[in-house]
Amino acid sequence: MSKDWPLWEVFVRSKGGLSHRHVGSVHAPDAEIALRHARDTYTRRMEGVSLWVVPSASIIASDPSDDGAMFEPAEDKIYRHPTFYNIPDDVKHI
Amino acid sequence: MATVTQDQALFDYLLRLGDDALVLGQRQSEWTGACPTVEVDLSLANMALDLIGQATHFLDAAGNVEGQGRDGDRLAFHRDVLDYRNCLLVEQPNGDFARTMARQFLFSTWQKMLFDALTASKDELIAAVAAKAVKEVTYHQELAQEWVIRLGDGTDESHKRMQHGFDWLWRFVPELFEMDAVATAMAERGIGADVAAFRDAYDRAVRAVIEEATLTVPQDQRPILGGRRGHHGEHLGHLLATMQFLPRAYPDATW
Repeated sequence: MSKDWPLWEVFVRSKGGLSHRHVGSVHAPDAEIALRHARDTYTRRMEGVSLWVVPSASIIASDPSDDGAMFEPAEDKIYRHPTFYNIPDDVKHI
Repeated sequence: MATVTQDQALFDYLLRLGDDALVLGQRQSEWTGACPTVEVDLSLANMALDLIGQATHFLDAAGNVEGQGRDGDRLAFHRDVLDYRNCLLVEQPNGDFARTMARQFLFSTWQKMLFDALTASKDELIAAVAAKAVKEVTYHQELAQEWVIRLGDGTDESHKRMQHGFDWLWRFVPELFEMDAVATAMAERGIGADVAAFRDAYDRAVRAVIEEATLTVPQDQRPILGGRRGHHGEHLGHLLATMQFLPRAYPDATW
C-alpha cells in the first residue's frame, strides 16, 4: 500500500529563528495526511515547532554524474572562503 | 457515611475515565507492527501511548481516592473484567482498519467534548489532566476524521468497509451519553461533566463528517449498555488476558 502512495520530503524547524531542515521522507496519499505522518514520524520527541512537507517529485536534483562540472571548479578557489580574517573570541556562531 | 458514598462515586468516575483510555490504548497497540504502512503504524502507536498516559493519571488518582494502597499499575493489571468500568465501544475488536478508525472517530469526538467540559472540573487533578489531554485528543479526533473521510469517499471497497465499521459500532454510542447515578452525582458536585449537555453537538459533528465522507448515518439500533457497571462483552476478557499476563505471571518483574 505504501508503495502506491507518493513520497513527501519532510522539513522540521527545531526552534523559532532556525531554518527548516530536511529530516527524511514519508509516504502519504495526500498533503494533509503527509503532514500528519510527518508529525507522527519525526516530531515525537519535541524535535520541532514547524513542519513542511514537499512532494519529492517537485525537488529538482543535480545529477551525480555531473559532479565534475558542478562542484570541482570551486575546489581551488580558496579565496572565496572568508578565512583571512581574525575572528574575535566573543563571536561564537560563525 | 455520606463521605464514603461520595468517595465511592469519585473512585468509580475516575475508573471510568481511566479504563476508557486504557482499554482503547491497548486496542490501538494491537496494530503496532501490523499497520498498512510504517507511518500509520507510528500514528496509531502514538495515539495508544497518549491514551495509556491518560489512563495512568486517572487510575493513579483512583487509587489515591480509594486509599487501599493500589496505584495505577495495580488497578490496571490486577483487576478482573467485572471490575472494569470502560464503555463498551472501546473494548470492541479492531476489525479492519476502517472499523478501527470509525471507533476512534466516534470515541475521540466524544472524549474531546468530555475533556473540554472537564477542564472546568472542581477536582484539580481531573481539570489538569483534561487540560493536558484535550490537546492529544484533538489530534486523535482530527486524524480519525481525516481517515473516515478519505476511506468513505475513496474506492468502492474502502467506502463499503467504512460504512460497515459505523454500522457495526453504532449501537455502542448511546452508552457514552448515559447519565446514571455516579455520573449524575459527579456532575452535580461540579467534578464530572454532564454528557447529556453535548449530545446534540456530538450528533451534529458526527453526522457532518459521515455525510462529508459520502456515507450513510446508520439507523439507530437497540443500545447496548452495561460497561459502566462491569457488564462487558466477551472481548474485554481476552484483551485483559493479553495485557495482564506478564505482571500476573511475574509479579516482581521490572522493566
